[in-house]
Parts: sequence; structure tokens; C-alpha cells
Amino acid sequence: MGRRITYREALREALREALQTDPRVFLMGEDVGRYGGSYAVSKGLLDEFGPERIRDTPLSELGFVGAGVGAALGGMRPIVEIMTVNFSLLALDPIVNGAAMLRHMSGGQFSVPLVIRMASGAGRQVAAQHSNSFESWYAHVPGLRVLSPATVEDARAMLAPALADPDPVLIFEHAQLYNMEQELPDGDPLVVDIQRASVRRVGRDVSLITCGGCLPKAMKAAEELVNLGIEAEVIDLRVLRPLDDATLMASVRKCHRAVIVMEAWRSGSLAAEIMARIAEQAFFDLDAPLARVCSEEVPIPYARHMEEAALPQVEKIVAAVQAVLGTAS
Amino acid sequence: MSAINPPAPPSGIVPWDKQLSLSLLTDMLRIRRMEEKAAELYGLQKIRGFLHLYIGEEAVAAGAMRALQPEDNVVATYREHGHALLRGLGMWAIMAEMYGKQEGCSRGRGGSMHLFDRERRFFGGQAIVAGGLPLATGLALADKMLGRCALTACFFGEGAVAEGAFHEAMNLAALWQLPLLFCCENNLYAMGTALARSQAQTNLCVKAASYSMATLQVDGMDVVAVHEAMKSATQQVRSNGPLFVELQTYRFRAHSMFDPELYRDKLEVEGWKKRGPIHSFSARLKAQGDLTEDEFLAIDASAQAEVDAAVAFAEAGSWEPVEELLRDVTTPVREKA
Repeated sequence: MGRRITYREALREALREALQTDPRVFLMGEDVGRYGGSYAVSKGLLDEFGPERIRDTPLSELGFVGAGVGAALGGMRPIVEIMTVNFSLLALDPIVNGAAMLRHMSGGQFSVPLVIRMASGAGRQVAAQHSNSFESWYAHVPGLRVLSPATVEDARAMLAPALADPDPVLIFEHAQLYNMEQELPDGDPLVVDIQRASVRRVGRDVSLITCGGCLPKAMKAAEELVNLGIEAEVIDLRVLRPLDDATLMASVRKCHRAVIVMEAWRSGSLAAEIMARIAEQAFFDLDAPLARVCSEEVPIPYARHMEEAALPQVEKIVAAVQAVLGTAS
Repeated sequence: MSAINPPAPPSGIVPWDKQLSLSLLTDMLRIRRMEEKAAELYGLQKIRGFLHLYIGEEAVAAGAMRALQPEDNVVATYREHGHALLRGLGMWAIMAEMYGKQEGCSRGRGGSMHLFDRERRFFGGQAIVAGGLPLATGLALADKMLGRCALTACFFGEGAVAEGAFHEAMNLAALWQLPLLFCCENNLYAMGTALARSQAQTNLCVKAASYSMATLQVDGMDVVAVHEAMKSATQQVRSNGPLFVELQTYRFRAHSMFDPELYRDKLEVEGWKKRGPIHSFSARLKAQGDLTEDEFLAIDASAQAEVDAAVAFAEAGSWEPVEELLRDVTTPVREKA
């Protein structure tokens, strides 16, 4: 029998385990220590591991993310927390020009075993500058591995393989998921891969390809679609770079229709990339044009009804599936 | 444009034994001859891309590198041929890298701006201005957390001082008392923009001091002053934490090979050449009887021979097979423990 914990608790357990097992691991970021983490993920860890390893930083994303790159080169296994994905834009240089390129431009001499965690996503009325999903931008960059845990199990178990990876790994935690409670499967230690997408619901009529904060919405949509006689297969990408084409194409070849559900803006997004790959690799397996449900192309508004209208929602997913199946009323 | 007039050339007694003096002279000459050749090879299109020459600034790398230990880390910029050479990278490996050959120190993937050497703890070759400073901060943090006695020497130009990365790194290093030696090579121009045209406060040590950091201002054209300052600076960093050293120097050549040098007067450059680190040092050594013209010529010939051998090595080098294009984007599975 498993146990029920929240996504936040799962992340904290994973951090605690990593800090206990490897003395080279330390957590660094804004308010990770005394404050307990802006989303309370690291609450209590300061008392347990002390201020050297639960290291509060000034508001210097460029500085401390760059320092994370350097510390990784210097033999540590840093976990850098960035409060919100929007703030990570202040650290694009060390992530993209630094962590992602160092191995290549040194001719393979230096790997950068760095893990960067950050909250992403909208839905909490925190308006334009705290609500984005820039995962697609990072997934554009060779040299990075990009993870999007959407379940409590992945929140609990993705950190260990991320730390074991000799290359930089970015973990996007959707802010809407922190309070989500799920049963953890049995298994000690709990082991997951960071290579493959996962089929979260088996279906036959349409592939719903999604990740992160959109997974619960896609699952809900799949339940509603049952009432319409439609069995949707739900694929959780889990790993946004490198994409697991095999799992995606297997599902598309089975269902012959696909709807991509992702929270980023649609133009130039990972949703667009996935559609392109399906068109390249499974075009003749398709029975209908591909479709996608993404955020509307507007900065995320504050007012609740406007924010809801801007984001992918269950009813939009249901409608998109109906359109693809030609069953729209 | 108003000329930035140079002070008098470095002078005075060189307080070293002859052997040390000749070693530092050799260091500077090796850089000079290597880079003169690189410029020539650029004209012949053997070396492509960007090529940023250090000519005129050799006293800085020479004086600094001999003050470091093998376990120390070095982070440099895109103007790093001299630092790499004196850190111990083979001139042949540097030259082959500039050629883009797979025998180069970065296997031809980096080029002039991205020289790396893991064994010698030479971390580039960082071509984003000030990008090396946060990275150096992390290297120093790792050493401190792991209880190692190493320091990190981070070289950057005065142009970097305008970047946020400079200020964030200075603050972190001072806040956490990291073993970090900030070596600011102030050559007065950030590409074509003079310091006074880009900075409200042109005294760089004042900026550093605002982070409660100790500072040193050194004549970067005087290899004696640089080496003496760096010896004490490294001691200070190992025992007391971060230090900012401003090395006042001057670049004799263009910013890169694409630079037509419209922003400074030729007379200004000629004036600064009178302070040239190699001939001013040689003159002092000769005046005190520590160097004869024959000795100078022998050192120079040896440097020139090393350059010739490096060029021959690079010429004989091979191109990496294009089938290997996607190599080293990530760490191969076999290396993953």
C-alpha cells in the first residue's frame, strides 16, 4: 500500500534524500533557507543541513546561476532554485551560453553536472511577470535536458537521475501542482527514468500529448470524453528535451489523431515542434489534421476570468478533440 | 577624440635574480611571437573567425601566471592566448585550435576564443563579456565548500565592469568570502568605447571597494610590478578572501582583426608603445647587467622556433571527420558513471 503526499512534499523528500546521500549536493537560491523556499519546498532543510548547503542567495539570478555552473565544474553537485521561470530570463546567459555550451566548446573536456529547478506556469492570478511557461525556449537548446514532472511520483523521483546526469538538467515545477496530493507507488527507492514519455491513460481514438500543469486538465478532459464515446490516450511528455519520439509516434500510429495540449504560447513553441515531428514521422498514419490547445497569445492577465480564458482548459481540450474527430455539435 | 596620454615607461631596478627575470622575459616574448604569427596567419586565412590579440598586454599574464599554483583555477576571456600559453598549454595545441584542427586544445570546436584545458584547470576562453565572473565565483565556492586551498584567478577587461554579472559576482564573492582573485585588465577601451565614455566612475577600484573588497592598482605594463603585486595578492586571497586587482595596460593592436581603429589616435597608440612591456623590461635588465643583447636574441630565437614548430604542427594537423559533428553536445553514455 502506497502513501499519499503532496507534490511539494515529494520534491522536499527528494531534496532531503539527495542532500543525505551525496555530500557534494547543495541547494542554492533566493529564500531557500530561512524563508523556507518561496513555494515552501525547502522548508525545514536549513535546520537539517545548515546554511552552507541550504544557501540563501541575494537577488542575483545571473550571479548565482552562473556560480552554480562554476561550482558544478569545480566538483560540486549544485541544485539551483530559481523562484519563477520569468526570473530565469535574468540567468539565460549562464544557462545557455555557459552550462549548455561548455562541454562542446571545450572539445568534450568539461561536463556541467548542474540541476536547476524553477516554478513555472499560470493559474494563480499572479499576472504577466510571474506566470509564464518558457520550457519551450530551454527545450530549444542542445546540451540541456529539460524535465517537467507532472505527477507526485515524478516530483519525488526525477531529482536523483537528474543529479546523476553529468550534464545540465532543468526541472520545471508547475506552480499549480505544489498542493496536488497523490498516492506514491510502492518501491524503495522509487526509480524513474528521465528519458521517456509516459502513457498516463490508455485510449484508442485520439492522442492527447501534454505535460506539467496541463496533465491534470488533459486527464479530466479524457474522463469527460468517455461520456461522448471517445477514448483518449493521454501522453505525459515528462522529458521536454530530448523528446521521446518513439512513445509519441506509437500513440499517434495507434490513435491516428492527435491534439497537443501545452501551456506555452503556441507560436514557435514545443507544441509546434511536436506537431512538426508527427508530420515528419507519422503523416500517413493521421486520419485528421493535427490540433493544439495552447495559451492565447497575450501576456497572462490578472483578472481571474481573463486569466482562465487565456489558458488551456478542460472544455477547450474537449472541443479540440471533438473538432479533430468531426464530432463537434 | 582626446588622446589618453601614457605615463612614463616602467623603470627602476628589477629586484629579481637573473633566472627569474629571464623567465618572465621569455614568457612575454613567447606570447608576442605567437600572436604576431597568428596575425600573419589570419591574413593568410589559415586562422578565421574572431582573433583578439593580447599584444601590448603581455606583462599581465606573465606576471600573474607565475604567481599561481597548479591546483588553482584560471578563467579568462576571448583575449586569452597568452594566459593559456603561460598556464602551460602547448603552443602547438593553441595554434592547432586556432586552425580548427582536431589536435587543438578544444579539438577545433572552440577556436581562438575558447581555449580550454582540464588538466591545467584552464576554464576558457569565455567569450561573453563578464560571463566568466559568475563562473569563477562558482569555482571558488566549490573550492571553499570542499575545503581545498586553491584559488580562482578570473581575468576580464574593464568593459566587463559595466555588466551586471560583474557586480553580482563581486557581491557574492565578498559576501561568501570566496578565494577569488579578480584580475581586471584595464586596457582603456571596451572594443572602441573609451572608459570615460562608458563609465560614470572611472576609478574601477572604487567600484570594487563598494563591495567591501580589498583592491590593488598596478601598472600592467610593468611585469615587475605585476608579478610582485600578484604574489602578494594570491597570498592575500588564500588567507583573507577575494581581492580586486586593476592592471592598467594597453592594447597595441586592434580589438579584433575586423577593427579599423577609428576610435583612437595613432599617436596615442605610438605613445603607449613607448611603455611596451617587453622592451622596457629588457632595457632595465640590460641597464643592471642582467641581460645582454645576445641573450635577448637567443631567447627571441627560441620563442620563434617554438612558433615555427607550433605552426608546422597545426599545418600537419587533421580535420575532425564531419561524421563526428554531434559529438560532445552531451556527455557520452560510456562516461556516465
